[in-house]
Amino acid sequence: MSAEDQSAPSEQSIVAYDRGAAIEQSDGFSNPGLPPHRPRQTDLHPAKERRAERQVVAWFLLSMLGSVLAIVAYIAVPIEPGNMGSVRANNLFLGLAIALALLGVGIGGMHWARQLMSSHEVVEERHLSRGSEKSRARAVEIFELGDQESGFSRRTLIRNTLIGAVAIMPLPAIVLFRDLAPAADAVDSIAHTMWTEGERLALDPTGTPIRADDVTIGSAFHVIPESLKDLGHDEGYLDQKALAAVLLMRLPVDRLKEAPGREGWSYDGIVAYSKICTHVGCPVALYEQQTHHLLCPCHQSTFDVTEHAKVVFGPAKRPLPQLPITVDAEGYLIAQRDFTEPIGPSFWERLNHIDPDHVPVSAAETETRA
Amino acid sequence: MTATTARPSLTAKASNYLDERTSMSTLVATLGRKVFPDHWSFMLGEIILYSFVAILLSGTFLTFFFEPSMTEVFYDGSYAPLKGLAMSAAYASALDISFDIRGGLLMRQLHHWSALLFIAAIGLHMLRVFFTGAFRKPREINWVVGFILFILALAEGFTGYSLPDDLLSGNGLAIINGMVKGIPIVGTWISYLLFGGVFPGDDIVPRLFVLHIMLLPALVIAFIGIHLVLMVINKHTQFAGPGKTNDNVVGAPIMPLFAAKAGSFFFIVFGALVAIASTFTILPLWEYGPYDPSPVSAGTQPDWYIGFADGALRLMPGWESEILGWTVSWNILIPIAVLGLFIVLAMVYPFIEQWITGDKREHHIAERPRNNPTRTAIGAAGVWFYAIMWAAASSDLIATHFRLNVFHVTYALQAMLIVGTVIVYWLTKRIAIGLQKKDREILLHGYESGRIVRRPGGEFVEVHQPLDEYEAWKLKAYESYAPVMVRPNAKGKITPATHLRAALTRWFFEDRVSPVTPRELEVAKQHDDH
Amino acid sequence: MIGLVVAGGASVAVGSVASAEPSSAPYAQQLTAEDGELLFRANCASCHGLQAQGTENGPSLIGVGAASVDFQVMTGRMPMAFQGPQAEKRDPQFTQEQTDAMSAYIAALAPGPGVPDDEWLDASQVDDEGIARGGALFRINCAMCHNVAGAGGALTEGKWAPALRDIEPVHVYEAMLTGPQNMPVFNDANISPEEKREIIAYLAYLDENPSVGGFDLGSLGPVSEGLFIWIFGLGGIVAVSVWLTSRPN
Repeated sequence: MSAEDQSAPSEQSIVAYDRGAAIEQSDGFSNPGLPPHRPRQTDLHPAKERRAERQVVAWFLLSMLGSVLAIVAYIAVPIEPGNMGSVRANNLFLGLAIALALLGVGIGGMHWARQLMSSHEVVEERHLSRGSEKSRARAVEIFELGDQESGFSRRTLIRNTLIGAVAIMPLPAIVLFRDLAPAADAVDSIAHTMWTEGERLALDPTGTPIRADDVTIGSAFHVIPESLKDLGHDEGYLDQKALAAVLLMRLPVDRLKEAPGREGWSYDGIVAYSKICTHVGCPVALYEQQTHHLLCPCHQSTFDVTEHAKVVFGPAKRPLPQLPITVDAEGYLIAQRDFTEPIGPSFWERLNHIDPDHVPVSAAETETRA
Repeated sequence: MTATTARPSLTAKASNYLDERTSMSTLVATLGRKVFPDHWSFMLGEIILYSFVAILLSGTFLTFFFEPSMTEVFYDGSYAPLKGLAMSAAYASALDISFDIRGGLLMRQLHHWSALLFIAAIGLHMLRVFFTGAFRKPREINWVVGFILFILALAEGFTGYSLPDDLLSGNGLAIINGMVKGIPIVGTWISYLLFGGVFPGDDIVPRLFVLHIMLLPALVIAFIGIHLVLMVINKHTQFAGPGKTNDNVVGAPIMPLFAAKAGSFFFIVFGALVAIASTFTILPLWEYGPYDPSPVSAGTQPDWYIGFADGALRLMPGWESEILGWTVSWNILIPIAVLGLFIVLAMVYPFIEQWITGDKREHHIAERPRNNPTRTAIGAAGVWFYAIMWAAASSDLIATHFRLNVFHVTYALQAMLIVGTVIVYWLTKRIAIGLQKKDREILLHGYESGRIVRRPGGEFVEVHQPLDEYEAWKLKAYESYAPVMVRPNAKGKITPATHLRAALTRWFFEDRVSPVTPRELEVAKQHDDH
Repeated sequence: MIGLVVAGGASVAVGSVASAEPSSAPYAQQLTAEDGELLFRANCASCHGLQAQGTENGPSLIGVGAASVDFQVMTGRMPMAFQGPQAEKRDPQFTQEQTDAMSAYIAALAPGPGVPDDEWLDASQVDDEGIARGGALFRINCAMCHNVAGAGGALTEGKWAPALRDIEPVHVYEAMLTGPQNMPVFNDANISPEEKREIIAYLAYLDENPSVGGFDLGSLGPVSEGLFIWIFGLGGIVAVSVWLTSRPN
């Protein structure tokens, strides 16, 4: 088809644009024009018109009723503190009444527009989006005048230094963002946790220290450092918890396949691993006590606790860091030291913060590093 | 005031008062009878605008009560199962809005449901514009403006999702923190600055709050303004139909019909959202509890519009390298790169298509998707690609609901993402071409009437019902393109770009179905009459 | 009491079984551990072995305790309907008396956790702060598998954590105590009996109180919300716009 053929010639359609790959169809069909207007029932029958009018009015009246009901609901269905049923009722009745008020106007107005307003189609001519030739010429003229009067393109040194000055101007803004965070080094502050030698493993959230005897086979304990409970929320409780959270499990000793060098990191089948996923940092806490798999609920990375939490499925690459543990004289579980590697998701500088005492889980881990 | 017959009405006096001070009549004269075409798919943009109004109104109500602070408080509100727990002031105030302020829960649910509808309608609106080619000249810039609005809407959604500081939003932020840390060189520092120190810190909620209620809404409103002004300047597209040409708009004038319909539609959308907010729970944040880095909930998912990003993370294999002592997290970088490329390609698609077709004319007729099979196939493949990533974000729920192994679900989705996208492309193109052929048949020989008659010779034939000229026009009126030849340019050279363009036009238009010509129709008529 | 049961032998376990069903005790026909052995041989021994020592098809039941038997049988998970990734909850195949008899038999083989005392199942003894503590414990220890609203969730390789709505308190308690299937064990040192009762009270609170904001869409979180807004929200409004752009008669 060729719709342009239909248009009345105007000043603008002198502009001929490239058709590109479009096929010219000089012998195209001609547009038959608008079909004849079909009157509606309301146009033909005055009774129907009056009925539609009454319906519109009814909807508007319903809307008024809705607004009144909303005020009634606000007062008559109050919230009784602690009564969840009252909150639900308040939400329901208040909301439905407001919805009625809105929908009444909406449906009534729509009915009015569809049934009673003129339904004759109106045709409006389009013009090219570009301005008229006159205004385009005038715009060019104005820019030339501006250039002439200011000497913008003649005085190149002024122009170029101005551009340079404005280009550099945003740089201080970047510097200004530095104090979004404290002066400390970003990497140092996430490279270590509050686990230290002798720190007792304690229950989350009570902070009760855990005895090795209490960790029976098949158990999973959610663990924090004992001294964490003394930290207030304003003193970085959540920040430290986000680094130090640990999952403690006891497996039958014969199920553990301990890597050389890590034999001393567990205690009688009790192992402790960081709870923060090495993928993007969700808490990995879904422990299956028969398969000894740990699953992350966010992206389904799965770790095998029998083999130092190596990855068996999912987008995580590295095993969960292991916390070396032992027991103190009173039989409580304690940390031997901090994690030997940074916990949680990988970051660019991570390898700079791996402790010399770190024991890689497998040869594979060292191979990729080389 | 003298009692003459020419006594002006109050409206007339008010209009005069305004016009003498604002020149309003000029605006009314130019825009008052502007015509808008009528089609249900042209209402999608209105749904976006109206749900945005609902978001603004309910959001303003929420700001009166919400306390964007991570200061520790001990909850003393009326929800028993959280009494006495330490939590941030933000979470506590969100609970108070839900349980202690009449209509507070309604406004919170309205705000959240409207946000979900807002972005869903944006998605559908973009698909409508894409599949009908409504992004073609002169609307390429408006496509980009709309795309920026889409990105801004995602940012608004995510910042809002993070504000209540419940377990779900906190774990969402934990994931963002992990993703940011995966960025080479600067990632660790960006995370550190973003959270004001170690994650989660005390600063992220107030910072996101300022973005959520000030900077981002201001940008959204500004871009909506540009979007609408450009729409008025370009005028709306319309589907081909009798009397409708590339040079006119056929439909309802703003005053009164379109204004009445659009105004009523606003109340309908708003009313439907309030009805949903009063009957369906969204984000029962009291069940999630205050954010704590240790717990997590099964089914931890982002809101639907971030789902494709979460799904991309789930589908990625666990690749990570250690190069020269630095850690490079491919399992994070590749999903980010793929999503970035996907978004950029979609944003610049109008320019790519125009370069390929070389068609510099203005287009105001919305194409039927079948009449541009390659574009439609590209779009369908893109939708599939997006949908699979989106589905992957709920792989665990797919597994539990259909009693499947979540590992197998992941493998299947990985295969569907790569193989499926190609199959969908091919299949869509075949279907579109098939539909074009069917249209051609109908135009040439009429509809199959289902009426069988026996000819004098004993032969049975089905009577074909010819189309009337108005119906026929819809099938006749479309643009057709053909592959271009490689031709030397003005300097007599053939550049690589020319070759590329020729190859791309072959890809786009080689297996086109050429439109019916009047001559063909004439021949077919004679044959049928015979 | 629980400590005694855990540490104690068969007689204590049998005693607590009896006390778990006080209402039926006076007149119900009292089955003994010997009856339990017969029931066990007829219904369980093919997988768990004649002496409950375990076979290729089922684990040893020596030392699992009465609590484990009561949980598995009274939730219908045992006898297993078919071999699958995990046993499913269904209607129990035995009466409480028959189950108690089997529990007594298993408990007599070796000491193990007993059926909890009624005292630890009574949510009414927990005050609001206890419910709040129970909620916090639930989020830390249970929600990662069972979902914060107790809607359940996926585990690896086709296994899943079941939904926890409207579950008998005794079964909640026994599950924590014995760690059925792949669920970890939460012994009394990890979660004390008082804390277990608080968790039960929290779950009871969720069961008793309506979903505040209206229909809860399965408590599945953002996924069901997203599906709802696309299908019913946007779908409905688009349907309306089809109507209102159509030409009336």
